[in-house]
Amino acid sequence: MTSPGIEAASLRMEFGRIVAVDDISFSVQTGEVLGFLGPNGAGKTTTMRILTGFLRPAKGDVLICGINMLEKPVKAKAQIGYLPEGAPLYPELTPATFLRFTGQARGLSGKDLEDRMAETADQVHLREVWNQSIETLSKGYKRRLGLAQAILHNPGVLILDEPTDGLDPNQKQEVRQLVKEMAQSKAIIISTHILEEVHAVCTRAVILSRGRIVADGTPGELENMASDHNAVSILLASTGASQFAEKLENITSVRTVKVTPEGEGRCLIQAFPSRGSAILTQVTDLIREQDISILELRQEPGRLDEVFRNLTIPKTESAHGGQA
Amino acid sequence: MNISAIYRREMRSYFSTPLAYVFIVIFLMLAGIFTFYLGGFFPRAQADLEPFFTWHPWLYLFLAPALGMRLWAEEKKTGTFELLMTLPVSVGDAVLAKFLAAWSMMGISLALTFPIWITVNVLGNPDNGVIVAGYFGSLLMSGAYLAVSACVSSTTRNQVIAFVVSIAGCFTFLLLGFPLILDLFRPWLPSAAINFIATLGFLQHYESIVRGVVDARDVLYFITFIGLWLYAGAWSVDHHRS
Repeated sequence: MTSPGIEAASLRMEFGRIVAVDDISFSVQTGEVLGFLGPNGAGKTTTMRILTGFLRPAKGDVLICGINMLEKPVKAKAQIGYLPEGAPLYPELTPATFLRFTGQARGLSGKDLEDRMAETADQVHLREVWNQSIETLSKGYKRRLGLAQAILHNPGVLILDEPTDGLDPNQKQEVRQLVKEMAQSKAIIISTHILEEVHAVCTRAVILSRGRIVADGTPGELENMASDHNAVSILLASTGASQFAEKLENITSVRTVKVTPEGEGRCLIQAFPSRGSAILTQVTDLIREQDISILELRQEPGRLDEVFRNLTIPKTESAHGGQA
Repeated sequence: MNISAIYRREMRSYFSTPLAYVFIVIFLMLAGIFTFYLGGFFPRAQADLEPFFTWHPWLYLFLAPALGMRLWAEEKKTGTFELLMTLPVSVGDAVLAKFLAAWSMMGISLALTFPIWITVNVLGNPDNGVIVAGYFGSLLMSGAYLAVSACVSSTTRNQVIAFVVSIAGCFTFLLLGFPLILDLFRPWLPSAAINFIATLGFLQHYESIVRGVVDARDVLYFITFIGLWLYAGAWSVDHHRS
């Protein structure tokens, strides 16, 4: 079996006049965790709904472990574990009866089913509320039950729409850990608003904007696209800061310098390199040469949220020059 | 396998909320009121269940939409519809399982009217064959009402709309059998057409079964009717996703 876990080919989806998904193609191999990023309305949820067979695309194909979703939906769906947006559950059931239902609907039965239920309950810590009615559960438990339902049958493909939404920081950490542990044997897609999550769990990320993929790469590659990638920040006393800033501007590979007063007689100077160049050595040389005492010096890795903003806000030139 | 999983989930949902109990109690109360007050069970002084069965088309007119309205509309409202439709279950299986669960609720309610059967047997010597046929016809007809309601429910996420439209839909098929309505068409339609319209309605088929004449055509009518509405329901579930 060499076919990728998830393969999407030229997906297109329209709701009336609105094009929600516009020619999206990608694939996710087993062992990969793909992060879906994008502002609300970018088409993340719609794409996931197409991948899981809930929505039928106007155009395009979905292959799950090599099985065509549009031709053999029942067989393809059997390969997927899916946490829909908002983790919908049957409020009148209990975690035990709910998981038994999804397990049975997925063809598990007898000892197999009981074993998997017990294992999953431990994995996502549902034991304390095992026989409590779902409507009385906290948001965190509901989300975890939704996750439990998705991993119960140990699927080869996992699609999670905002799995950590509504969880406290500890629970978020646990869920990320769980996703990482499962990653080796599965092809996983998670959508998220939280950019730090991309670093924590994803091996690759795509940024969606208005139904299109506008960036696709490892978290590191995406950061390289930030305008402050390799920028150097220096914190120093305000006196003499502006003269130093002027000298910095004279370095050839420095594109621009920004001076921000920080209060308490301090000042932050940021030097942004021209594209693709590194300026740390020149800056440190200059500091030594001028014999300036500094309080802090760091090189920025590039901020994902800045890349995110540049790619998803339509056509507005940002302060550091857009990347369009 | 899949059908039974969904069926059991539905039944569990009925009985883990007050829904099942309230429904059964109201069903039995209404059946009783219709039989004894409107049907004049005692004044007739006849040991049969005609006054009981005569009112069932009216009983179901409200109770079947009440049961059927939630089938899909509720799942759409709470979002579990997406969960259900992404399980490895065909749409047809899901439609059938939900229908069968609702129909079972009707069946259980109907079965719990057994004391009235005992009553007529204590009071006289009824034709029990006719009574069995009556129960059979009544159950079939309740399925027809439910199939309409289930289909309507799949078109909306609003249960009130589902309820009201289902009543209107069921009422149409009920009215088609009434002479009063048929007379409206009589002046300008040939009698063959009038007869055809009458056979589309529930009443003609139901009344002949309740009289003890279990004709295969009447049974076939209800089964076909249920099948067509379930098919329409499946189509609707497939095409009303978002």
